[in-house]
Parts: sequence; C-alpha cells; structure tokens
Amino acid sequence: MQFAMLIYESPEAFDSRKNGESDPYLGAWRAYYRTVVDAGIYVGGNPLDVPDTGTTVRIKDGKRLVQDGPYADTKEQLAGFMIVDVPSLDAALEWAARCPAAAVGALEVRLIAHETHRRIAG
Amino acid sequence: MSSVQEDVERTVERVARESYGRLVAFLSSHTSDLASAEDALGDALLAALTTWPRNGVPQGPEAWLLTSARNRIVDHVRHQQVVSASEQTMRLLREHASQGQTATEFPDERLKLLFVCAHPAIDSSVHTPLMLQTVLGLDAARIAQAFLTSPAAMSQRLVRAKAKIKDGGIRFEVPQQRELPPRLDAVLEAIYAAFGIGWDEIAGIDQHGRDLAEEAIWLARVLLKLMPEQNEARGLLSLMLHCEARRAARRGTDGRYIPLSEQDPQLWSLPLIKEAERYLAEASRQRQAGRFQLEAAIQSVHAERARSGRTEWLAIVVFYEQLLRMCPTVGTRTGYAAALAEVNGAQAGLAALDTIPTETVRSYQPYWAVRAHLLQRLGKADEARKAFDWAIGLTEDPAIRRFLLEKRG
Repeated sequence: MQFAMLIYESPEAFDSRKNGESDPYLGAWRAYYRTVVDAGIYVGGNPLDVPDTGTTVRIKDGKRLVQDGPYADTKEQLAGFMIVDVPSLDAALEWAARCPAAAVGALEVRLIAHETHRRIAG
Repeated sequence: MSSVQEDVERTVERVARESYGRLVAFLSSHTSDLASAEDALGDALLAALTTWPRNGVPQGPEAWLLTSARNRIVDHVRHQQVVSASEQTMRLLREHASQGQTATEFPDERLKLLFVCAHPAIDSSVHTPLMLQTVLGLDAARIAQAFLTSPAAMSQRLVRAKAKIKDGGIRFEVPQQRELPPRLDAVLEAIYAAFGIGWDEIAGIDQHGRDLAEEAIWLARVLLKLMPEQNEARGLLSLMLHCEARRAARRGTDGRYIPLSEQDPQLWSLPLIKEAERYLAEASRQRQAGRFQLEAAIQSVHAERARSGRTEWLAIVVFYEQLLRMCPTVGTRTGYAAALAEVNGAQAGLAALDTIPTETVRSYQPYWAVRAHLLQRLGKADEARKAFDWAIGLTEDPAIRRFLLEKRG
C-alpha cells in the first residue's frame, strides 16, 4: 500500500534550514532518510521551499486571483512529502512517528488514491 | 460548578477508576456480552452524575452503580424479548439483586475477564487493548494513541473482538490446570505489552512510547491478587517495578536521554526497587524460573549497582543464557550480546549479534544501537556510523535520537 506522508513543520524547524551541516535536525533527517531507503519502502518525495515563497492561484468568477504566500494560514506549514510503500496503515504510522518532523511538527498519513488516479489518467 | 457537583464528580471518578473492571467483569460474566455491560455501566455512571448531586452520594456507590447498570441490562434484555440464554442471565441478575447491596458482596470476576481478553480465539494484537478498555475503562482513542493506530481503527478492532466473544460464546472461566500455562502466558504477555519498555540497557532502549506503565503495573497487581500462587505474575510485576524505578534517572535535567549504564542510582526509586526485590525473592523460593522471573532477575542485578557501585555483568550473562533457552526473541538475543560484550569484550558481543537473522532485526532499534556502540568501541568508525544511522532512523523519541546523534559524532 502506498501512503503519502505529508510533513508539516513549525517556523522554528523551517528556520533551522539556515544552520550548518552539523545541525542536529538535519543529522536526524539524514539518518531517517537513509533508513527509509534502506528499508526498501521509499517510493519518492521531496522537501519544499519555505512557505513564504509559495504563491497561491485561484480562478474566481472567471478572474485570476493570485496571492503571495501559502494556501493555508496555519502556524505549522507543509514542508515536504514522502511516499512510502508499506503493508498497512499501522506500519505507515510507525514510520511517521520515527520521522524527525513528528517531534517538532506533525505528519499526516494518507493513502494514495490509486483508483481515482486510474479514473483520471485512464 | 458547585462544590457538591465537584465532590460528586470526584467520587464518580474514583469509584469508576477502582471498580470499573470489577463491575464490567461481573455484569458480563454470565452473558459474555462485554459491550452491553460497558454500555450499561456507562449509562449508570452518567446517571450517578445527575442523581447523586440531588440525592447525595449513596453509602455504597459501587453497589448503586451495579444495581443501576444491572437494571439497564434487564430492561434491555426484556426489550429485546430474547429468551433462553438471557433467561438465565436475568435470573442470576435478579438473584444477585436480592442478595443485599454492599459492594463487597459481588464476586470479583476480573480474573475470568483477563483470560477472556487474552483468549486464543481473539487476535493477539487486541489482547492488550481489550484489557485496557474492559478492566481499566480506558477509551478507544487513548488506547489507539498508545498503540500508534488510528482511533477509528482501534474502535473497530475492539468492537469486532467483543462481538467474537459474545457470538462465539467465549466463556468467562479460569482455564483448567492442563491448559493454564499457555493461557496464563497470553495474559502476562498482554499486560507486559501495555508497559512500553521492553529492553533498557547499555546503549539503547526498546521503548514503544505507550505511556501505560501505571496501567500495566495496576493490571499485574490485579492478576497477582487473584492468582497469588503464580510466580510468573510475581516475576512480571517485579520486572516492571524495577524498570519503573529508573524512570526519573532516564532523563537529565535538560531532558536528555541517559542510558542505564550512565544513570545516577541516587535517582532510582528505592521503594519501588524494594518492592520489586520482595516479589522476586518470593517467586524464586519456588525454584521454577520462568521468563519474567529471569528478566526481573537481570533488572535486579542492575539495581544492585545502587549498593555496590558496580554491575555484575557475568551474572547478567548467566541469566540471559537461561532466558535464551526459554525464549530466544530478538530482544533477548540483543540483550545477551550487549551483556556478553561487557564480560568478554566488544568482539564477542558483535559475534553474538551476528548470529541473529538479519530480517528480524531490520526495524529493531536496540539491535542497531548496541551494534553501533560495539563497532565504535572496536574503532570501526565507518560501520559504526552506518549502524548509528539505522538506530537513529528507527528512533521515535527525540531525546534518544539526540543521544545517538551525539554518540555518532
């Protein structure tokens, strides 16, 4: 089963990206990433740039609305995502709990909707 | 809120905490219908919150709850107009109703309830959640949190298990002598699974983040009270009390993780250690070493450091050797390797680790923590870093992660 782990981080965690190579949060992420890959469950994923750099687009009444900033106005912001292939939701939750971001933000674990994808992509 | 209301709420809370399991066990023991018993008791607790502030807290609050819950079940059964099996229930309930009202007068059926929860027909992953809910009254959301599963999924599993108990007519009884050992093992395992710490030694910790140590110890006390002749129950309680005694020492003032070998014994709880030692001594008089007694004995050797200032690793190795013959789990084998390294050197410990099949250790954090530690001691920096990465990647607790990151360098 493929799950998306949507990774939300606090502003402090985003700020820590400016730190050097010896930053413990970065170190924890490196170890976690390597473990996920070595465990053979890693499908894909990427970190996202900081929320301020986001641009939100909508069409309302036929008009384009473009806003600076992220879609959701929350303290913890989407920081990245990872797709894993594991046997069950419980297994996905276990890997989510081990993610360094779980201790400073939150992870939302959601099943990839393969059926919806099939209906769209054919 | 008025002070009367507050008093009542406190009383209800206290009675619920102390008597929940006894009431559920008694109410369901003849029907095997846990869900109805829990619903009826839930209603009774709600009724108490509205009635008691008006009429005062009854003299025997437990008996009041029992009567109220029982009436609800009788009403419910009558409503369904179910006969045969229920007839007997109603007769029994009526009989008990006519036999006085004091709380102490209804039998304690929790032992039967514990055996039902850990029944072989019930999926073993639900044993512990079922116990926590029916004996202690924990709600599904709290249990889900402890077991890192979604609240909806946990509710569903509990409902399914209760339906199986009711529909399968799983009887509330203490197993016959012949089948007792495996059935008791399942009960002990289920209690231990709530505890949350499986292994805690030189370089790591096998912590499930369950945060239910208090509940597990409470369940073990209940079991021992109901089966005082069972020394493995004593062993289990001793083991958990020993681990619990070190809780305060496991974290520094700044929140950092401190492994057992670096803990200050001054911070261990002496009363808990004393109690743990007493149970272990009582158990070992029978000279029938069981798994939990051996695990408690290992923890007892560690506790000895508070007095002697040193750890008798050879004794630990000997206990592990006995334990390995009984249950060669990955936890036991890792613990043995760690202890062996203290006696015969890091190379011997590493060799012992190498005998564990790789597929069983892939996601077992303590294995990688011990391996990293031993590789580092042998000066194999690159291999050690790789093992540290595995250990770090498998760690949930940020304090332990930080500890390992610092060790890795």
